[in-house]
Parts: sequence; structure tokens; C-alpha cells
Amino acid sequence: MNDLTPTREQRTAALEGMGCKRKRVEDIRFTQGRGNYVDDIKLPGMLHGDFVRSPHPHARVTKIDDSEALKVPGVLAVITAETLKTVNLAWMPTLAGDVQMVLADGKVLFQNQEVAFVVATDRYAADDGINKVIVEYEPLPPLVDPFKAMDADAPVLREDLVGKMSGAHGPRKHNNHIFEWMVGDKDLTDAAFRKAEVSIKEMISYHRTHPSPLETCQCVCSFDKIKGELTIYGTFQAPHVIRTVVALIAKIPEHKIHVIAPDIGGGFGNKVGAYPGYICAAVASIVTGKPVKWVEDRIENLTATSFARDYHMTTEIAATKDGKVTGLRVHVLADHGAFDACADPSKWPAGFFNIVTGSYDFPTAHLAVDGVYTNKAPGGVAYRCSFRVTEAAYCIERAMDILAQKLNMDPAELRLKNFIKPEQFPYHSALGWEYDSGDYHTAMRKMMETTGYAALRKEQAEKRAAFARGETRDIMGLGVSFFTEIVGAGPSKNCDILGIAMFDSCEIRMHPTGAGIARVGSKSQGQGHETTWAQIIATEIGIPADNIMVEEGNTDTAPYGLGTYGSRSTPVAGAAIAMAARKIKAKAQMIAAYKLEVHEDDLEFDIDGFRVRGLPEKFMSMKDICWAAYNSVPPGMEPGLEAVSYYDPPNMTYPFGAYLCVMDIDVDTGVYNVRRFYALDDCGTRINPMIIEGQIHGGLTEAFAIAMGQEIRYDEVGNVVTGSFMDFFMPTAVETPHWETDFTVTPSPHHPIGAKGVGESPNVGGVPAFSNAVNDAFSFLGSKHIQMPHDFWRNWKAAKDLGAVA
Amino acid sequence: MIPGSFSYHRPASVADAVKLLTDLGEDARPLAGGHSLVPMMKLRLATPAHLIDLHGIANLKGIRRDGTNLVIGAMTTQHDLLASDEIARSAPILHETALLIADPQVRYRGTIGGNVANGDPGNDMPALMMTLGASYRLEGPSGARDVPAADFYQGAYFTALEPGEILTSVSFPAPVAGHGYAYEKLKRKVGDYATAAAAVVLTMAGGKVASCVIGLTNVHETPLLATDAANAVIGTSLDPATLKKAAAAASAIMSPAADARGPVEYRKHVGGIMVTRALQRAVAIAK
Repeated sequence: MNDLTPTREQRTAALEGMGCKRKRVEDIRFTQGRGNYVDDIKLPGMLHGDFVRSPHPHARVTKIDDSEALKVPGVLAVITAETLKTVNLAWMPTLAGDVQMVLADGKVLFQNQEVAFVVATDRYAADDGINKVIVEYEPLPPLVDPFKAMDADAPVLREDLVGKMSGAHGPRKHNNHIFEWMVGDKDLTDAAFRKAEVSIKEMISYHRTHPSPLETCQCVCSFDKIKGELTIYGTFQAPHVIRTVVALIAKIPEHKIHVIAPDIGGGFGNKVGAYPGYICAAVASIVTGKPVKWVEDRIENLTATSFARDYHMTTEIAATKDGKVTGLRVHVLADHGAFDACADPSKWPAGFFNIVTGSYDFPTAHLAVDGVYTNKAPGGVAYRCSFRVTEAAYCIERAMDILAQKLNMDPAELRLKNFIKPEQFPYHSALGWEYDSGDYHTAMRKMMETTGYAALRKEQAEKRAAFARGETRDIMGLGVSFFTEIVGAGPSKNCDILGIAMFDSCEIRMHPTGAGIARVGSKSQGQGHETTWAQIIATEIGIPADNIMVEEGNTDTAPYGLGTYGSRSTPVAGAAIAMAARKIKAKAQMIAAYKLEVHEDDLEFDIDGFRVRGLPEKFMSMKDICWAAYNSVPPGMEPGLEAVSYYDPPNMTYPFGAYLCVMDIDVDTGVYNVRRFYALDDCGTRINPMIIEGQIHGGLTEAFAIAMGQEIRYDEVGNVVTGSFMDFFMPTAVETPHWETDFTVTPSPHHPIGAKGVGESPNVGGVPAFSNAVNDAFSFLGSKHIQMPHDFWRNWKAAKDLGAVA
Repeated sequence: MIPGSFSYHRPASVADAVKLLTDLGEDARPLAGGHSLVPMMKLRLATPAHLIDLHGIANLKGIRRDGTNLVIGAMTTQHDLLASDEIARSAPILHETALLIADPQVRYRGTIGGNVANGDPGNDMPALMMTLGASYRLEGPSGARDVPAADFYQGAYFTALEPGEILTSVSFPAPVAGHGYAYEKLKRKVGDYATAAAAVVLTMAGGKVASCVIGLTNVHETPLLATDAANAVIGTSLDPATLKKAAAAASAIMSPAADARGPVEYRKHVGGIMVTRALQRAVAIAK
């Protein structure tokens, strides 16, 4: 040892392992415009496909005439449902157990539905061709309002289902009914309401919105007729699932399908499922023998592929008069559009909406969800949230505020009074989940202290008095939100997709010089996996993160994984990475023991190598062990240093957080100003605090957008009127508030590194914080609940309806 | 979102451009910054067979002072307006308004000529030009003529432009020294058209409003001059009752469409508020 010997701190820092604000390695290419996205892929002879879409929300298709289109220079083929029927692909299965038209088969069920696929030598010719395809429609009455879907005289949407009184999730009550899903103890819950001293009831809607990633959905399909192999480059959050789905429906052997998800420009749930574009491009490639590219434009993305939400939640809470909750009863009317194209685990028709008891100790609860069809685009996917968790969090967090208002209690106090206590974990909720860990009181109190909550309430009271005196036209709202998420789908006992358990996987290969590659079954869409996965390995095995290359998205090289969505990557793939690293470490320990001539039990791991207990100078670095693994392993041991792990999590993880939004609203214009937004997140062990902060910023920005204006809206006759970023609210940096972030750390007890997942927390917690702020601002004028989105004109209307504006 | 095919022309003079427009007839459209026309072409709502790009005509660009008048070439970009000391000094409301148009990327391409000539009720410059008393130079097959901005707009996308004519410049008298001005625009986000906007240019004398012009954006199928509202404030010190009267008079002539920015009632209401706020701000800076 001398002055130049690195200290333990320096050795730890050199690894850039867990806890390090390591800079994102992928940003080197992204910030220089050197990413490789699907639209960057150009194969020799590649053709382009594009869709003829329906202008009608509901109509019979009586004739498709492609004769003029085929005369357009460059147009090679026009594919219709009739073409697809020859290969049995006119319809495709959805992940939710429904079937969906790939191309209009006899009728169209939503505006902008795919009707025909024009294949041409370039994108311009394809669009010229689209304009020459003549489709004759016979309009049918549209069904837009989900509350009218099960009326006796409602139009029949799905003629394929007529007479089928049972669907993928049990009995159907009406031809426009998809499923009814019930959880909880109805009798006990009804009894709690009969005995309740106080109760509230409100229909809380979470409007239809859209994940709208910067990069739309797209693919390039290339079929090699000689080899009988299909290669698909696509924007896939779950490439292996896509491969299996293609094998099942296209009857191509799975090993002859190569699915490659290159760099992805955001997913947010939009890129989990399979879309008609993928099927049509694949069929077009098989038909023409050439690669075919399909790239969705913004209008198509917003109006045809995977919306999110459209949940209408009639919510009741029973409580004592001093504010202890005694029962929760929720009925959800879920609008899925024309097909049930949810991307939930297969047995969960309403996702994990039964997390709706939230962070509170409800002794009993009952939930019923009715899914219905309407003449709208199919979905709905989990937009930056675990399956239906943001809906559940919004539902319970609004309802708790409504209860607080009725009890004349502070909403933060009401929450503190009803939180699950730290000693109750693991906690079994009334709707069937086992919460792994939490310390809600600490998080809530930290939020209240850091923000000066009491002083803000005092200021609000003063502002209200000033408003009453006519001295200001601004009203001030405090939006409290305390959410508990359920992420990390999921344990094989709970979850599967099309029968495949929702494990995830990692394969690590260490090379002789102490560098290595990790291949993982997850797929980053911007989350920074290349950075954080290497950090887990760095800490686990003592090799610098810079020496670990992370690769995802190629189904030929990555181990089978279920992909990235629902904040599952860290809880599931992250665990597989740690477990694979531990296998590497175990073998490394045997090699080190052999080289250091001691028993392996005499070794202890020390940051970046193994040291002999009691003999600190006897040390072998992991780098040297990697070399030894390729030339001098113990007798009888196989050379090399590789490991694979498939991780089936024992439970979900339950991140939580305490958020506060401080907002001022000008009642004369409805213009709001988010003066302050504080977000405390507890995601357990923090792998990269900088990436976490980035995830929180991004998720809060989406939550802000959704709560304050982002909406997919249909007019009363089924025209979608929010088909571009002009009207679909996508905030810029100018509109986006400043975010304050904070944290507590409650590690998951069952996860190998104690991590819980964080990417979606800010969306789940953020939406109720914004909406509660608006509702809190108006509450003193007598309002009980104002539906989202809270854009300027609706705020003004609320003020006007409450008599605050002449 | 893929335009159809078209022929591209790049004349070097206004005369050549006019000849092309005249010869090619209704199938031809002049192309300035392209920020209205190109999106329409991508949606195939506009399908011109010929685009006549005006960027090759050198003398269509620039800002100059002609006596008491400011003359701005049609191909002068919004960014050029923002970068001009002459505009900042002589017509600061034009600077203020240009800053509220779209976003920096659009302002690098978007031109004042395109903005005023297209007849889009959502554009900000037309109401401002009416407020400033501007006139437009139109050059066509039968020569040049000047049309006051106030007479130019006939309906949404319908203007006084005759076939073959090109708007080549705008000119307006520089507002007098010490004038008060404001452009108040309510929009949902950067890049949006106005939910409602109001331009005010006024002068003060002895603590009272001596002259006032009010223009309104996107509350009618054409830009509007709110003459009754302006008359209501002349001679007053803008007391609350007068402000209310002016806002009501302005709202009375608005007939906006209901859209995602809000229902008619809201857009008229905030239109009145924009008038109120613009008047208050203009008075505060007038000398």
C-alpha cells in the first residue's frame, strides 16, 4: 500500500455501479443524431406500404375498387381483407383475448380504421395510390357514448360476436359487452355501507388519451423465400412476444422469425401490442418477395393505434365521522373501442385496477368492471403506468379528497389517518394484493415538511378571503396525491401473456480481458437500460460499468423476455441481471480460491475482487479472474465465465410516493399556473439517481399534459377531433412546470437488489395531484368534483357554473 | 401526411412570378415560408400542381423607412422582424406580436407576406396590420395596386387578391412617438393559434385616451377592427366601467367558431378580456 493505492471509495467510484449518477451511455449517439431507429433502416429493394382508412366511424363496406390505384406509377399491390383471407390473416388475436380486424372485413368500426394496404416503390407513390382506391360505404349509426353501449336499442357493432354470450373473460350481457370483472367481498362491503356514518359517491372519469411517443409505430418486414425466414424490424416494447405471436398466427416456425427492435423513440405502452401495419407489411413482403416498410404518421398514431384510459369510475367510500375509512365500492364502465386491444396480462381484463384501495387500510372493498365496445379506436393500453394503475390511483386519490371535503378534514390529514401502517407490511389488501413494503407516514410527513404544507394552506385561506373581497381573480389550489403502484408483472402465479409466464431474463458473458456483454429480455425505449443494467452488474461483480455492453431487442441473441412496460424492467429483468451476475460471481469465487490457494469460504468479496479473510494483501481482482477463467480454471471446471438467469418474481413490487401541486387559476380566462410541484418517490433501491430524476421529470410532464388538457375526443357522431398536436395537448418546455424531486428509500424485501421500478410512478401520482389541485382550488366555491381534463376553457366553465364569473 | 406531386418553379423577378401565376392559372400557388400551404399539401387539402417559390426574388425581402411609412417586403420573415432595430424602435407592437407567432423554427421560415396574404383568421398579423392602418401592395398582370388591410379580408381564406396577383409588400405609417400599444394573445401553448387576441394602439393626451384602434384575431372568419370598442374608450381615462363597455362592444362583433380552444361563449368572453388587458397595458406604457 502506498499513496497511489486507490482508496475503497475510489475503487467503488471507479465501478460507476448502483447509486452512481452515471451519464447515459446511449446519449452519446442520441445527442449526435446517430441513433438507429426503424425508419433509418433501408434494405435493398425495399417497398413502402400505407393505409386507406375509413372516414366513417361505423359503416358497411360494400365495394373496394383498386383498379385506378394499380395504374398509379410505382403502385404494386393493394391488399384488402379478401387478400388476407387467403392466408387466414384478415383477423388477428389481441393480447386481451379478443380478435381484431386487420383490414376492414365487411364493415368498419371506427374512424380511420385500416381498410386497404397500398404497396408501392416509395412512400409518395403509396399515398398517391391511396387516393385512387375507391371504397363504397353504407353508413351505420355510430355508438360513441359508452354509457349507451348496453342499451336495448344500441347498434350492433361486432357482428362476429352475435350470439356468443361468453367471451375471453366470462359471460357477456349484451352484444356490445366485452366482460364483467368482479373482485372483493360484495356482501361485506354492502354491509359496511349500510353501517357507514358518512359516505361519498361520485362518478370519476378518466378521459381517453394517448401515449403519443415522439416516434410513431413502424416496421420493416423482410421475407426470404429461399430460407423461409421472416425478419421484422419494429418499434416493439416486447420483441419476443411479437415473435411468438407471429409464429402462432402466420404459421412460420418461431426459429425462422427474427424480430429486431432497434433504438426506440419512446413507447409509453403504445408499442406493446400488435397492429394491422405489422401484419400487412409482413404479408406484403411475403407476397412481393421484397422488404416492406410501414411508418405510421402522427394522425394515424393518434387516431388508430392504442389509446389509453376511457375509464368511468363510480366510486363510493364509507367512513366513520372522524374519518376512518370502512369500505370502498367501485364500478367501472370501461370503453375499449371497437376491439378489446388492451395489452394487459391475459387473465386481467382490467389490469391491476384492483390496486384501487390505494395506500389505505380498507377493511373491505368491492370492485366491478364492465368492458364495452364503441365505435372508437381499439385499446386501451397502459400509458406510462402499470396496467390500469393510473386509473386506480386517480380514482382513489380523487375520492379521498372528496371524502376529506365532506368531512371538512384536511386531505393530507385524512390520508395520514388511513394509511397502511409500516408494521402492517406485508399487507394483504381487501382486493387481493400482498403489498411487499412501505412507509407511507414518513414519506407523507417529509412532503408536508419540505413543502411547508401548513403555510401553504394558510396562504390559501388568505387568498380565498382576498378573492371573496374582490381583490384578486386568482384562486389557489393544493393538490395532494399519495399513490401506491403495483409494478413488476409478474409472478407466474398471477401473470401470463398468451400463456407465457411473465419472467424476464439476462445472459452475461465476461471476456478474458475483464469486459463483457449482457443481453437482456427487456427493451429500452429511452429508459436508459444500457446505462443502468451495466451499473447493477458493476456493483454485483466488481467490473466497471463502462466495461459492460448491454444489448437488447434482437430475439436471436437476447434471451426470451417479456419486454419493457408496466415498470417491469427493474423489478423483473433487473432481478434477472443481479441473479445472473451472482452466478458469475460464484464461479469467479471458485476460480479466485484456486488461484489464491485457499478454500473459497475463506474469501470475501471486496468491491472489485476477492480477498482472503485476515490476509488483506492476498487479493485477486475480477479483471484477473476473468483472464484466469479462460486459461487456468480449477481442475474439472469448464472454462469461460458466462451465466444466464430467468427470473420469475415471487411478488410484485409496490413503489409509492407523496406529491404536492400548488396551482393558481385565473377564473376569468381559466388559465392556470403551476406554481410549484413537489414529487417524493420511493422506488426502493436507487440504481441511477440521475436517470430516476429524468424519469420523474418525463412522467410528471405527461401527467401534467393528461390532467390539464391532453385528450382524444370524439364528436357526437364519432369523428375523432384531436388528430394532431395542434389539438392534442403536447406541452413544450415553455408550458412545462418546474419539478422538485425528493425521495425516501424502502427497499423491496423480495427483490435481489431491493429495487421497485420508477418510470411510471410520476404519471400515476402526478395526474391526481394536478386534478386535486384544480378541484381544491374550486372547492371553496362549492364544487365537489370537476372532471378532467382541466384545460383553460373548462376551468373557466367551472368558474362560471359556480357563479365566480359573470 | 404525404403531399401529392407538383411542379416547382423559382422565378427571379416579380414579373416572372406573376406571369407564371397567370399562365398556370388556378393550379398554381405562390410559396412563401410554406407554413400554411405545406401542411395543407401534406394533408392533401391543398393539391396545387405548381408551386411558385418566391425565395428567388431578391427585392421582396427587407424593411425600410419611406418618410413616415414603414415598408416591409413580403418575404421578410418573422425572425427578420424580430431582429430589426427599425421595427423595435418604430413599431414595437410588431415585434411583440411576431414573438407570439408559432415558435422560433417557424419564425425563421414564416414570412409577413404569407401571414397576411393567406386569409387565415388564425394568423396574428392581419388584425395587427388593420390596427396599424397598413396597406398591401398587390402586383399582378394588370400592374400594381394598393389595398388597405381593412378592405383586404373577405372571408376565411378569401381575400381581395385577384388571379395572378402577388402581395409584394406591406406598408403602414409608423405610430407616433409616445404611443401606447399591446398585443394580448390567449393561446393554449407555444405554437397555437389564438383562442382570442387583441391588438391595441392608442395615444394619450392629458390623462385621457386621445386616439385608439383595436384589432381582433381569430374571433371571426376575418380579422376585425373593433371600432365601437375603440370609440368607447376615446376621451376616457379607462376607468373600470369604460373597460367593461369596451370589452362588451368588442365581444358583440365577435363570431368565433367553437373548437378545441373552447365553445363560442368562452372565446367571446376571453376575447373581451384580451381587449381589456391590451387597453390597460397600452395605457400604462403610453406617454
